[in-house]
Amino acid sequence: MTARTSTLCVALAALLAASPALADDNSVTIGMILPMTGPSASTGKQEKAGAELYLQQHGDTVAGKTIVLAVKDDTGAADVTKRLAQDLVANDHAAALMGFGLTPLALAAAPIATEAKVPEIVTAAATASITEKSPFIVRTSFTLPQASAPMAQWALNNGVKKVVTIVTDYGPGVDAEKWFGETFEKGGGTIVERIRAPLKNPDFAPFLQRVADDKPDAVFVFVPSGFGSVFMKQFVERGLDKAGVKLIGTGDVTDDDQLADIGDAALGAVTAHHYSAAHDSPENKAFVAAFEKANAGMRPNFMAVAAYDGMDLVYRALEKTKGDASGPALLAAMKGMSWTSPRGPVSIDPETRDIVQNIYVRKVEKTDGALYNVEFATIPDVKDPYKAGKH
Amino acid sequence: MLTILFDGVAYGMLLFVLASGLSVTLGLMNFINLAHGAFAMVGGYVTALLMERLGAPFLVTLPAAFLVPAILGIVLERTLYRRLYGASPLDQVLFTIGLVLMAMPIADYWLGAEARQVHLPDWLSGSLSLYGVGISRYRLFIVGVCGAIAAALQIFLVRTRFGAQLRAAVDDARVANGLGIDVDRIFAITFAVGSGLAGLGGALAADVVGGVDPSFPLKFLVAMLIVVTIGGSNGILGALFGALLLGVLDVAGKYYIPSIGAFIIYGVMVATLIVRPQGLFSRGDGR
Repeated sequence: MTARTSTLCVALAALLAASPALADDNSVTIGMILPMTGPSASTGKQEKAGAELYLQQHGDTVAGKTIVLAVKDDTGAADVTKRLAQDLVANDHAAALMGFGLTPLALAAAPIATEAKVPEIVTAAATASITEKSPFIVRTSFTLPQASAPMAQWALNNGVKKVVTIVTDYGPGVDAEKWFGETFEKGGGTIVERIRAPLKNPDFAPFLQRVADDKPDAVFVFVPSGFGSVFMKQFVERGLDKAGVKLIGTGDVTDDDQLADIGDAALGAVTAHHYSAAHDSPENKAFVAAFEKANAGMRPNFMAVAAYDGMDLVYRALEKTKGDASGPALLAAMKGMSWTSPRGPVSIDPETRDIVQNIYVRKVEKTDGALYNVEFATIPDVKDPYKAGKH
Repeated sequence: MLTILFDGVAYGMLLFVLASGLSVTLGLMNFINLAHGAFAMVGGYVTALLMERLGAPFLVTLPAAFLVPAILGIVLERTLYRRLYGASPLDQVLFTIGLVLMAMPIADYWLGAEARQVHLPDWLSGSLSLYGVGISRYRLFIVGVCGAIAAALQIFLVRTRFGAQLRAAVDDARVANGLGIDVDRIFAITFAVGSGLAGLGGALAADVVGGVDPSFPLKFLVAMLIVVTIGGSNGILGALFGALLLGVLDVAGKYYIPSIGAFIIYGVMVATLIVRPQGLFSRGDGR
């Protein structure tokens, strides 16, 4: 074969393989499944931007492998998530699955991760028990007990004695209610009332009126990101802020992405969470600046940082395995991994595969004309208390 | 206690404005328009976008939130809806739910899935205390506006010539036509007013439910249908009482028994359907 014909053959082969060229030996596909449309689309938007920023900053080559990020839209429906996960594993030979905007979506992909022995990196859904559903699930977001228990501790230390809890009635809400309540009562506080608001009905007026009549020191709230705005507005509308009721909760209610929309009603709310765009570290300042530049001024929230860290985790694991992208090898490399994220020091607990991270207590304040969750206290290296209690 | 009652009335008034158009098309024109919520969504978006993009004051946007869906209503009535007058209820349901399923992705595509917020002016936010009863200013505003609309509608339908023509056209379109009443025109105007009211309701509701998003048409659909079911579908007063009853029961239920509060309205609807299938406030027997 002459040099010429061989060149032709290569060119032809390249042409034929134009689309599956991505699946050559040297590429590693990360299948990212996110709700890009539907009610949770803001999660998908932040997550996608976070993952893409990481690719943009670190290039698509690591340990001799080319990283291909395939983002799929599951519209927030669990059956679609499952089908997409199957498709990514079987047809695209994805080395890792990532994303999962809501708890049911993360659970839907769990059996596929187990069967295919592919790591499922949960970068959003926050119900504590998710990581128990498959030995291949690793999480870079947070768990609700992880944020709720420190919130209770802070309330106890700051003269709060009577609390009413309001949570949205589904997995993460029940988690938040349980762990805040137990920790708070163990420390000598009183939960006056536990209110669960239905997921579908976003008018909080009757529930907040109950709070007004109970006259607690504080109301602890968990609502999914997106419902924070209506809750905050009605809290102020009912005059609860003036009545001296403190608003405390997990950081979902004062989500960085929604804070500008909520407006001044959010001022003074104290929340416990793992990430604030106002986190004071050089890593975070660089992250926020790069993120806002790449996304027309959109402020990153905890979803964006979790996706960014999810990508970081895959890169670090590939470096550790020297390019071995098989599921069990990647998983082994991820366990116990520790690094400095924009949110601060984080690590993957080798036993539970859940993230260990600092939880910050923050207060909504106005700095430079914009609202931010300003951190004022740090609880270092918090493990998920739900699983820590079992092990 | 009084605060709860007031909140319930405010919520009921809001439901009334949202559902009144549905009650008119269903009760007077015998047309099942499940896409009614889509017009409410359009109204909500008009207000939210006018405020966001052009910085228009809240009150100024409200007439626009009525007019835009009303005009859209006329266009759709002339081109699509009128073909289905007199069609079987199943055809009407399938057609209008199809419109909803189209409206939602269109809104998603153009405006994104995230909720658009309506920011109330300062004089409408917060609460005031009347004789020791805490009353939210915005809810008071809703009660005022919606009450005025209810009164105007009732007078319009009962006292004006147009109202009489409309009732005549509904009772027997053919004879009305023969008497020189332009039935086509009357139906089109009625439909437009109903759509406009839905839009206004959507604009007013946006702040209470946390903004307008593409799932808005379905958010209130069930509540609107319950209002029409409970109230009976012929007339404004039935819808008004149905909406008030529903609003008060819903708010009070959630306040006194939060654990099952959300189900109370469904219980009431089932009871109503068993005892008086034609609606609580309906005259005569069910059709």
